[in-house]
Amino acid sequence: MSRITRIEGRAVSVVGDDIDTDRIIPARYLKEITFSKMGEYPFFDERFNPDGSRKDHPFNKPENQGAAILIGNSNFGCGSSREHAPQALYRWGIKAVVAESFAEIFAGNSTMIGMPTVLAAKADVERLQKLSIEKPATLFTLDLAALVITAGDLSVKITMPEGRRRALVDGIWDSTTLLLANAEKVKQTAAGLPSISNGVHR
Amino acid sequence: MAKGTLYNKIWDAHSVATLPTGQTQLFIGLHLVHEVTSPQAFDMLRERNLKVAYPDRTFATVDHIVPTSTHERPFIDGEAEQMMNAIEVNTRNFGIDFFNFESGRQGVVHIIGPELGLTQPGMTIACGDSHTSTHGAFGTLAFGIGTSQVRDVLASQCLAMDTMKVRRIEVNGKLGVGVTPKDVILYIINRLGVKGGIGYAYEYAGEVFDSMSMEGRMTVCNMSIEGGARAGYVNPDQTTFDYLAGREYCPKGTEWDKAVARWKAFASDSGAEYDDVVRFNAADIQPMVTWGVTPGQSVGIGESLPDPSRVSDDGERKSMELAYRHMKLSPGRRMEETRIDVAFIGSCTNGRISDLRAAAEVVRGRKVASGVKAFVVPGSMQVRKQAIEEGLDKVFAEAGFEWREAGCSMCLAMNPDKLKGDQVSASSSNRNFIGRQGSPTGRTLLMSPAMVAAAATVGHVVDIRQLTAQPSKGAHHV
Repeated sequence: MSRITRIEGRAVSVVGDDIDTDRIIPARYLKEITFSKMGEYPFFDERFNPDGSRKDHPFNKPENQGAAILIGNSNFGCGSSREHAPQALYRWGIKAVVAESFAEIFAGNSTMIGMPTVLAAKADVERLQKLSIEKPATLFTLDLAALVITAGDLSVKITMPEGRRRALVDGIWDSTTLLLANAEKVKQTAAGLPSISNGVHR
Repeated sequence: MAKGTLYNKIWDAHSVATLPTGQTQLFIGLHLVHEVTSPQAFDMLRERNLKVAYPDRTFATVDHIVPTSTHERPFIDGEAEQMMNAIEVNTRNFGIDFFNFESGRQGVVHIIGPELGLTQPGMTIACGDSHTSTHGAFGTLAFGIGTSQVRDVLASQCLAMDTMKVRRIEVNGKLGVGVTPKDVILYIINRLGVKGGIGYAYEYAGEVFDSMSMEGRMTVCNMSIEGGARAGYVNPDQTTFDYLAGREYCPKGTEWDKAVARWKAFASDSGAEYDDVVRFNAADIQPMVTWGVTPGQSVGIGESLPDPSRVSDDGERKSMELAYRHMKLSPGRRMEETRIDVAFIGSCTNGRISDLRAAAEVVRGRKVASGVKAFVVPGSMQVRKQAIEEGLDKVFAEAGFEWREAGCSMCLAMNPDKLKGDQVSASSSNRNFIGRQGSPTGRTLLMSPAMVAAAATVGHVVDIRQLTAQPSKGAHHV
């Protein structure tokens, strides 16, 4: 897997605490059995009226098309475990998310697809959001090795849980491969645990 | 760091190795699978030419997309039918037990796990569903995962995990009349916040949980995730063992005694150390109703809605302002008298037999108010069967409720059960997020099943304690 250490691009801010996964992707799109079209759906009901006309949303603004970094506030991605949420953002073009805090399942799912979710202090998040809204053409650089975001005159410290950060920076975020490497140890652990049976079959 | 807690003991028993990332490789004792978050995971296995490592620890059912008017196939919704086909093919190809309609054991995944006795104390349990925390009621470490992690568990029966902190939440005293487990968890989330639990497993303890039924404990643990805690649990005790005794997948005979002894040892030690401890008084908890668009935006039925201008945190204030705009409510008023259009009883939070009994008790001898669409969706085929045996289906039907087949229904509206326009629903489910119940402008009021039933009969939110103080026509009095 590729090492993910540096993400560069313009930033789009979605302001507000507790942006839940139902808002990020409405459940009706979860009926698709592949992720291939998810990039069409992020924030769908906040971007489009039922008649298809466009609403005022950061993801609809021309200047934000092609943005690579999403800046949210606290408890971003709360709610359901649907990986469709980070998949939708990623496939739309987002390659990293910055926020004050993340719901854990969302953050874990993001790491699984190689999209870092990094934390910054509230005041710093707000500074980054202000810059991205006032000067949307600004180039943001997120450095996962140095743990800093630079943009315009700003330089902001970021953090990320170390295990997830190392997975990305060292290019070992394909967890299946890591887990399968210990198959023998898994057998030993399993042997020490009770099996599950209804006594009928198996 | 917590020490000597159930969380620590389960974690240690299931730790396989430390991964190169520094994370723990955690063995998953039970993997539950449903149709929505699994098809891509099975495809990923095929791409990598991998098998399911432990099919005997993997069980599947279908719940989210199931139409509840009829289980008849093919489903009218082509996408739902395609999704159903996918899980049928995947479970068959990979050798996984599938609780389908024909098995008589289909239902919401978090209802059938405990019902079948698959959920057992001391286990790690994962499922591609955030409400997996439900299973913590049995003294398990149970949490939701995404689809790529479903792939990991299918392929290796393991997950790469970061450790959690443990917060002990004690509720002591005795709950008042009309105050249910749903009210307890809504109260806790209101006090600790929807992000208060990030990084934590919640341990629910104290007199209220000690005396709570297993079904009540499931309701509480179910909504841990709504408080930000990926997992929540109650230590296993005699109530737990009594519930599990004789269940299909539980050990029998001498194996049962050994299992109980083993399960008891997982309970947190009396001298366990916690990262945090909070205490609440049962007497402070009223029947709760949400007024906003997060499960933390709630009030006791007798309380006034909060004033955003008095909130110092600007993020929270803006969230409240958004909620008031969406819900078309205003600060200062109370939730009583709020008109409803739809009443939904069901979901992994409150779709169990005790929930149906509580709701039936309220509607017995009453009628659904005109203009209200009210329906009951049993959480599983077995719950439905039990309810019919007890005659609850007739109680609901006589009152004007629709009686449905088992499924997730309007909890998340991935099936034909959806709000229309800006309808207001009184809902026994777990999330009042914008758009959650299928209409972008729909409005959800979360409350206990008894409160939903009460609202259905009068057409607006009502204090269950006042309604049931007045005898209904034909009500049973003992």
